[in-house]
Amino acid sequence: MFENFMAWIDKRLPVTDAWNKHLAQYPAPKNFNFWYFFGSLAMLVLVNQILTGIWLTMNYEPSGDGAFASIEYIMRDVDYGWLLRYMHSTGASAFFVVVYLHMFRGLIYGSYQKPRELLWIFGMLIFLVLMAEAFMGYLLPWGNMSYWGAQVIISLFGAIPVVGEDLATWIKGDYVISGATLNRFFALHVIALPLVLVVLVFLHILALHEVGSNNPEGTDIKKPKGSVKEEDKSKFEFHEAYTKKYDIVDAVPFHPYYSVKDIMGVAGFLILFCWVMFFHPEGGGYFIEAPNFEPANGLKTPEHIAPVWYFGPFYTILRVVPDKLLGTLAMFAAIGVLFALPWFDRSTVKSFRFRSKLHLFNIVQFAICFIALGILGTLPASDLANLIGRIASLGYFGFFVAIWFYSKNEKTKPVPERVTK
Amino acid sequence: MSNTPVNNGRRRFLTAATSVVGGVGVVGVAVPFIGSWNPSARAKAAGAPVEVNVSKLEPGQLVRAEWRGKPVYVVRRTEKNVAELSNHEDQLRDPNSEEPQQPEYTVNQHRSIKPEIMVALGVCTHLGCAPTYRKGDFEEVVEGVTDGFFCPCHGSKFDMAGRVFQGVPAPTNLAVPEHSFPSDDILLIGVSPGEA
Repeated sequence: MFENFMAWIDKRLPVTDAWNKHLAQYPAPKNFNFWYFFGSLAMLVLVNQILTGIWLTMNYEPSGDGAFASIEYIMRDVDYGWLLRYMHSTGASAFFVVVYLHMFRGLIYGSYQKPRELLWIFGMLIFLVLMAEAFMGYLLPWGNMSYWGAQVIISLFGAIPVVGEDLATWIKGDYVISGATLNRFFALHVIALPLVLVVLVFLHILALHEVGSNNPEGTDIKKPKGSVKEEDKSKFEFHEAYTKKYDIVDAVPFHPYYSVKDIMGVAGFLILFCWVMFFHPEGGGYFIEAPNFEPANGLKTPEHIAPVWYFGPFYTILRVVPDKLLGTLAMFAAIGVLFALPWFDRSTVKSFRFRSKLHLFNIVQFAICFIALGILGTLPASDLANLIGRIASLGYFGFFVAIWFYSKNEKTKPVPERVTK
Repeated sequence: MSNTPVNNGRRRFLTAATSVVGGVGVVGVAVPFIGSWNPSARAKAAGAPVEVNVSKLEPGQLVRAEWRGKPVYVVRRTEKNVAELSNHEDQLRDPNSEEPQQPEYTVNQHRSIKPEIMVALGVCTHLGCAPTYRKGDFEEVVEGVTDGFFCPCHGSKFDMAGRVFQGVPAPTNLAVPEHSFPSDDILLIGVSPGEA
């Protein structure tokens, strides 16, 4: 019965073929480790954000007069409203946690290198849209930190010579941040950017499946057709889209092997997620900041305007540059250099496991600088914080400069032909 | 005319012509989408420039105007006020207005276009309270300065050019809005000199 039904469908839409190509017969390297949880976790969080977001719009009122009160209404009067909102707000922070870890995975195992440049760029575009999405979402509760955070970020556009001030007014739709700004951010947050995000995720996965997954060793599991002895080939059946051109070694089908593994990741993740959501939904003031429990007030600046933690690193880079325009440029450059990472790194060895000590040191200092920048972004500005912030900014950009120089003639270890047993 | 079934020259021309016309259409359609993001007529009305007649202002008198939802202090400074501005500059945080708290054309000692007319937002740069104009009894808070502004919330002090004193919570001078004088008597808040 079901077989007949599927046969009927498959004649009209290649459902079984797509299932096999992308899941049941997709060759994934057999040596995925802990770091490979975060792609599927990001997908899970995306689904969580979309679902809870749809439900929140059912009671949220996108207007300067009604927004703050409607959030309180959701929190107090709507059945499970508090839960849906905390799932959404905790999900926002969780999204950045998993995405940062996912990016770090790509960084240490060289997953951005040829031929995965476009895959990396799609990933970076997702990161960029995600930041815009989070920034606009943070305005919607219309709390005082929402208001002043948006004030600070939109005023950055005012730093652009000549057109800056007009551009900032155009973005705000008013001379100050007002209900007009709130409404357009709402429209972008719930419709425009999620659509873009979903399309980019789709392209990210298509690009991944075209070039194939990297792995912690950085070895290629697709060998030229006919170069591998029959007994060395992977014993599993893979989709002909992959086997037509290549002999596949050291691979397992994504489903059920990694779908089951990822369920383990999901279980672990959900334990942490629920702990935060139920016991620390404000994330100690880092996920939902204290001034956001007051309604937006254009006449009263919070004593210390800090971005949400996930913007910390970029905010610090902005802040430690003494010039507003240069600071803005430096902040955008900090994201721009990430896009260009596949071209900064001129090595052909992917994984840090087989690269030089210098490379390992560079990655470690980069990670330390990034975390330091993130912490500084949430602290008030001081001379000491500025000094550390400048050093950390140098370390951040220095990573890219250094890798460009040493990666050309780097002393690397030989990469094994096969995934080591 | 050639007899081949495909006329590449004609195809190229048609492709180019279609692209150009289509491109014009896309640009045309983009206009309303981009234009609708400008401040609406309502926002423009609320943000419209405000006129203040300064001819009736007595020396030392302050009037409050409302512009874009914020109070603007307009004061006719006495000659003594103007003369005193240089006396206490060593006690100020930013006597030369280096922080971008004012339009370029008011970066001067009196932070305004006319030395006798002070224009500043009556919003404390600390937490947005309204500083009180202490006429004649400012010496109670700063010795040797007769007039000034004192914020009752957290004790920030500003002189008669809206410049902040040291040792108070407010970080910067009071903001000066764009303003101009279309005629000698009329102060227009929200429009720079030379702007329409």
